[in-house]
Amino acid sequence: MWDYVKLIVLGTIAVLAAIAANFAHDLPYMVNAIVVMIAASLTFLWEIRHVGEVRLHPANEYMDGVVRAGVIATTFWGVVGFLVGVVIAFQLAFPSLNLGNITDGVLNFGRLRPLHTSAVIFAFGGNALIMSSFYIVQRTSGVRLWGGNLGWFVFWGWQLMIVLAATSYITGGTQGKEYAETVWYIDIWITIVWVAFLLVFMGTLWKRREPHIYVANWFLLSMIITVAMLHLVNNMAIPVSILSSQSVPVFSGVQDAMTQWWYGHNAVGFFLTAGFLGMMYYFVPKQAERPVYSYKLSIIHFWALIFLYIWAGPHHLHYTALPEWAGTLGMVFSIILWMPSWGGMINGLMTLSGAWDKLRTDPIIRMMVVSIGFYGMSTFEGPMMSIKAVNSLSHYTDWTIGHVHSGALGWNGMITFGALYFLTPRLWNRESLYSLKLVSWHFWLATIGIVLYASSMWVTGIMEGLMWREVDANGFLVNAFADTVAAKFPMYVVRGLGGGMFLTGALIMAFNLWMTVRAQPARAVINANNAVPAE
Amino acid sequence: MELYSLLREFADSWVLLFLTLFFLGVFVWAWRPGSRKTHDDIANSIFRHDQKPAAPAPQTEEA
Repeated sequence: MWDYVKLIVLGTIAVLAAIAANFAHDLPYMVNAIVVMIAASLTFLWEIRHVGEVRLHPANEYMDGVVRAGVIATTFWGVVGFLVGVVIAFQLAFPSLNLGNITDGVLNFGRLRPLHTSAVIFAFGGNALIMSSFYIVQRTSGVRLWGGNLGWFVFWGWQLMIVLAATSYITGGTQGKEYAETVWYIDIWITIVWVAFLLVFMGTLWKRREPHIYVANWFLLSMIITVAMLHLVNNMAIPVSILSSQSVPVFSGVQDAMTQWWYGHNAVGFFLTAGFLGMMYYFVPKQAERPVYSYKLSIIHFWALIFLYIWAGPHHLHYTALPEWAGTLGMVFSIILWMPSWGGMINGLMTLSGAWDKLRTDPIIRMMVVSIGFYGMSTFEGPMMSIKAVNSLSHYTDWTIGHVHSGALGWNGMITFGALYFLTPRLWNRESLYSLKLVSWHFWLATIGIVLYASSMWVTGIMEGLMWREVDANGFLVNAFADTVAAKFPMYVVRGLGGGMFLTGALIMAFNLWMTVRAQPARAVINANNAVPAE
Repeated sequence: MELYSLLREFADSWVLLFLTLFFLGVFVWAWRPGSRKTHDDIANSIFRHDQKPAAPAPQTEEA
């Protein structure tokens, strides 16, 4: 019965999407409607071939299929996101690569840039978070994932969101809000998928067989709840028409700007920090084979982080129409954030105390340690840049981009790579990774790539900041904007090369993980969940 | 009094006090006497149930 209901719903969605595509007011809406139509049709076909099948959810096995899918999706979107990043880096150095004459603006920097940020943050990072959450919450609760196939709905729903967002951006759909470019109907879809994610996670915690909730789950849960709140408030908008991607935001002026950066900064704080700290608190102790250095410190880390982070957003709006007191508040809270951030970093690093020798023998641990190092470095740099005097130099320059990437590539990227290397042999029940040597290659390529990226952006950022404010004896500005652009050229090339090295490392990882599944001997099977064929 | 001023007044006084006390309470709670054993147990929970979910009911033994 339930199967037939699903078929009717999917069929209706496909037909309605086809009608919507026909009457669409704008190109991104039409393309998205076609994507929805295709997705609903494919799901319909899959569903009709499986009508009446009993889907088993044995309580004595973990639900790892969806985590395996998450590993594949994380790797795939990572490579895609890094590739687009390298392309737009070289577009900045060589503007002819925008290919404006050939592609009619579709591959312009302005359209590829949100594609890059969303691909790395929400596709690569989002899949990493969903897959880690599902893995960690099952192991630390000692129960199978709650909700049956709802976990699969979260996975596929998230992939659909990514495809909708990507096709929308390159055809010109956007709300014009940084890191929240997705238009109104994609925002509604994100909300539905995210609530399902919350239910699966909470449901699993609810039926746990461990008396306590391990700290990683606290971080992951705070990530899910806070992101839901941020997403809902920042995307309040009234659609122009049910057949258009355009909408009018509810807030305007400085209120809108403040809401946007309250969202934007906490997307960094909760999506890219709290969520990934959840990963750190599970995968680092597991890989080091010793419990976290101080569980008490991890509790303090958690509460201090979530209490302080939420106030830091106004530092994105120094010297604007935002009231000065709000900017000062944001700055002060950003600086206080030093304490929990470094407490967390110390906790992560000291987990290795007594096992530092693993740094020599285990390139995965090395990756995780460098990741925590970058967490410490970028959470030092960030508060410093939020100080008004520093911000007056750094704001609007490439220094900000360098800061973001030392956090995103160094912290988020490296901890995710570590998690992928940790998970793949376990999920596919393999003895070990295909090659530790290739992990070392990945490690060095990625690390040197980040160093090139961050240092070139420091140099170019500070240089352009100084050039913008340079005045001659009569008080006239010395440099035109174009002068700074010309001066930055060599640094842009170095940045592109650094990004290229990071991408090469990721490709090596993808090959290594692929070969781990394909070519490594399988371990003894524990139960049906572990019986994954070696092709 | 308009709603903004009312909420602002409330946020600047009682809510601020509550949040500050809650925050300090977390430190006290984390370092409460006798919590070390519990914390060690939780910290080691990641090494249990690696391959299979915990057995139902008496949850002491685990493969």
